[in-house]
Amino acid sequence: MTNALMSAGLLLCAKIPIPLTGLTNRLAELLSLPPNSVQNAFWTIAVGAVCAVCCAVAGCFLVLRKMSLLGDALSHSVLAGTAGVYLLTGQVSPLPMLIGALVAGLLTAVLTQFVHERADVPEDSSIGIVFTSLFAFGVVVVSQAKGVHLDLDCVLFGDLALAGVNLNPMGGYLWPAAFRTLIPALVITLAFLAVFWKELKLSSFDPVFATTVGISAGLMHYLLTTVVALVTISAMEVVGLLVVALLIVPASIARLLTDKLSTMLWLASAVGVACTTSGYLLALWLESSAAGMTAVMSGLLLAVAIVLSPHEGLLVRAARTVRLRVRICAEDVLAGLFRQQERSSTPAQPVQSSRTECLKLAGGGLLAAPALRWLQSSRLLTGTREDVRLTTQGTRYARSLIRSHRLWESYLLENFNLPADHLHDPAEAMEHYIGPEMQERLRDELSQPAEDPHGRSIPD
Amino acid sequence: MTAAILDIHDMTVAYDRRPVLWNIDYTISEPGLTAIVGPNGAGKSTMIRSVMGLVPMVSGEVTAWGQPAGSQLDRISYVPQRGSVDWDFPISVFETVLMGTYGALGWFRRPGRKQKALAAECLERVGMQDFAQRQIGRLSGGQQQRVFLARALAQQADLYFMDEPMAGVDAATERIVFDLLRSLSEEGRTIVVVHHDLRTVAEYFDNVVLLNVRVVASGPVATTFTSDNLQATYGGRLTVLDQMAEAVQKQKETT
Amino acid sequence: MPGSQTIIVLLGTLLLGIAAGLVGTFAVLRKRALVGDVVAHSALPGLCVAFMLLESRSILVLLSGALLSGLLGAACVSFLKRVTRLREDAVLGIVLSVFYGGGIALTRFIQNTWRSERVDLESFIIGRAATMLQEDVMQIGIVLTIAAVVVVLLFKELKLVSFDEQFCRVQGWSSTGLDGLLMLLTAITVIVGLPAAGVILTAALLIIPAAAARFWTDRLSHMMMIACAFGGLSGVTGTLISARIAGLPTGPLIVLTAAFIFVASWIFAPHRGVLFRAREGLDTSLLPWVAERQEDDGGAA
Repeated sequence: MTNALMSAGLLLCAKIPIPLTGLTNRLAELLSLPPNSVQNAFWTIAVGAVCAVCCAVAGCFLVLRKMSLLGDALSHSVLAGTAGVYLLTGQVSPLPMLIGALVAGLLTAVLTQFVHERADVPEDSSIGIVFTSLFAFGVVVVSQAKGVHLDLDCVLFGDLALAGVNLNPMGGYLWPAAFRTLIPALVITLAFLAVFWKELKLSSFDPVFATTVGISAGLMHYLLTTVVALVTISAMEVVGLLVVALLIVPASIARLLTDKLSTMLWLASAVGVACTTSGYLLALWLESSAAGMTAVMSGLLLAVAIVLSPHEGLLVRAARTVRLRVRICAEDVLAGLFRQQERSSTPAQPVQSSRTECLKLAGGGLLAAPALRWLQSSRLLTGTREDVRLTTQGTRYARSLIRSHRLWESYLLENFNLPADHLHDPAEAMEHYIGPEMQERLRDELSQPAEDPHGRSIPD
Repeated sequence: MTAAILDIHDMTVAYDRRPVLWNIDYTISEPGLTAIVGPNGAGKSTMIRSVMGLVPMVSGEVTAWGQPAGSQLDRISYVPQRGSVDWDFPISVFETVLMGTYGALGWFRRPGRKQKALAAECLERVGMQDFAQRQIGRLSGGQQQRVFLARALAQQADLYFMDEPMAGVDAATERIVFDLLRSLSEEGRTIVVVHHDLRTVAEYFDNVVLLNVRVVASGPVATTFTSDNLQATYGGRLTVLDQMAEAVQKQKETT
Repeated sequence: MPGSQTIIVLLGTLLLGIAAGLVGTFAVLRKRALVGDVVAHSALPGLCVAFMLLESRSILVLLSGALLSGLLGAACVSFLKRVTRLREDAVLGIVLSVFYGGGIALTRFIQNTWRSERVDLESFIIGRAATMLQEDVMQIGIVLTIAAVVVVLLFKELKLVSFDEQFCRVQGWSSTGLDGLLMLLTAITVIVGLPAAGVILTAALLIIPAAAARFWTDRLSHMMMIACAFGGLSGVTGTLISARIAGLPTGPLIVLTAAFIFVASWIFAPHRGVLFRAREGLDTSLLPWVAERQEDDGGAA
């Protein structure tokens, strides 16, 4: 860690320019912060964003193909790969390490499948066996590699916060060192997506059909695994094992919000960037780990998505249920009043009822009062506390309900093997769901009945 | 008046808010053999699964001997369609059959000599005594089916539900299953079988329920198993019901 | 002659291995192997919060916090599976990584806030079996006793729910209750294992010995005993190797020993092992050369 800081400092002294210094300095002025800190923050956020986009895009396919745990397993076995290369070559240089990690990643995927299929071990156990063993191997080797820079802490905790400080010269400028692997990973991921878009889409959705039209599902699986391994390795330099959070959580959030693959990719990327950025800033403020806070933020965003998602959020679902229940209570009041009116001596006149009576008709529960309020505000009921009546509109609504009820009873009698005294309850439940169109269909099906099974007329 | 053995009243069952069984009313007052018959997707399995409490009901109630069915589970046995267990589980045929006695044993008590004798006897009744120590996955489909029947026998229940015990089994197993059903029935037990083979219904069963998302007809085979009723059962789905199911699902839809 | 510290560690890892084998058998058979992993990862924030709130380094306090948040993680898994349409694999990954992230964030926060005090929360991530105390061994022993008593008393019920959950339910047993009990056993085993094996590797102790034991037998009771033996053996062997070679971490060595036992079982076990199957011609595709040799032998004879 101090090493990285020092080397960055040395390079700064060498006066190699850092891109966008003008912009970051202006920002620093605006926020009245020291220019250095703004510059660091800017590049950390940039690295985090690139990392988040790679992970989110790859993660979408992991989530869709039910391979999320492979991401977890890969991230653990990467250590074994670098450790293995160290054992073989006795030195630490970036490219062989990268290749070693990639091989370990692919080995994890192959071994997991192999142990599951060949040893009859359940799939979850097989994942658990493979990645923990490889990780254990990695830890053992690393523990022996004293004096050599094989950073276990970096794997375990990630050091996103240093990504903006740890700069390397490239093309005459100083760039964050993490870009060296992250940018190629991003380019490869996007190129992979562009080239194999329809194959990926098809084989994720329907692998059997994909195979029948000549797209090898197995090949796609291993290509994708390679890309995921590459992304995982590059991202791990920055966020460590917490790469799993960036792979799976943004993609899952996007999955909850949309059904369209392309939208899902955009959304997941945006969510990922939001996670790394907010996580980093929060960590700065709380003096905590940026990678850790990124994972925490992703969890919080997921919670928000679960509660507030516009289509299937818990809130929307609860609201819909309440609305339906209120409507059913209200309709019970209308139907009840209509039946009283029917039985009265003056069936043409709306009967007089009281609020207490109406609440009872509505079932008397918690939703009875809102149901009455709804009836009055939509002008289906009028009147005061002791004199409540159906309006003309209300009568029309109620008549339609009674029509639905009696049509359904007739339909049940005709098609179901039910005794006559068992007809009312089912009809009472179904009347709320029968619209004008259904009424038409039932009428035609029953050849335009005039009376229900109990001999009461079916109103128009 | 003694309570009916089984009374299903106004049972409606929905999957994902979409009704798949409508207002089932059915009563069994006499012991005997009943077949549930109907086309694919008629909800036959769903019907017995919800009676057993494995699928929740939207409305209705099920009683057995006058009590809620859930409180009488020690007198009811259910044989599911094959394939619901982990065939690679480290368990022998004999141990599987012995599981039938667990319900009567209650918490903590281990099966003793009496339970083991019963399990051996049940295994013999289905002709599987030679396979007692075999691991459960190393049997043919028909043999596995017979093991699960033996387990049901070991429950010594008064009311049996069986989900297509004859589906895809060999002729020997089919023979054994029928003999078993007959002898259970002669012992005064009640058996309800989801059955797919229309040709054998009249031969083997006392009562029949014709089901196609609702009960089309039910009663003694002689009077119920008529070509008119079969026509009504198999003559296509009621499109009105499909539409209603759709309407209910859409309005209740919260996803 | 090993020193007294080595004896404590040996005893601790032995007991831990046995407990993990016992509980892991059910976890593997019930297809809940990774739940242990989730519990272990979710335990980390609880450890930290327990430390922050009570400012105590007593291992019992820390582990109580760990247990609570581990169970919270497991509860999150079932909650997410119920209310969203996310698949099980995604749900496990989410809970695991978010809780672990929370743990890392809290660990770093504690390090920066309680600077003066030496807080060794990090050792919970990889585990420090070598510094195990008598107290730790006691705890593992207590958990092993609890697990053994529960498994002996409820062997029939646990067998039933693991084999055929549906039959369990239609016989009137509470499968949720039994599953919850298994969950709880898994959780306490994982939690007492944390100081020794660490967040990341504890799951391996549950899974690998049990999966290896499955090769040797077709009976649950035997599988359980073999899993306990393998677990204990891995614990002892791993500890002894790490005591021999200075600087080798104990936890990972235990896992590697278990993995070695798994591979050996896979190859050599009768009936289910690779060699046996290849000889029986059941699985000729796996080791073609064995099959070929067999054919050669046949031709020669």
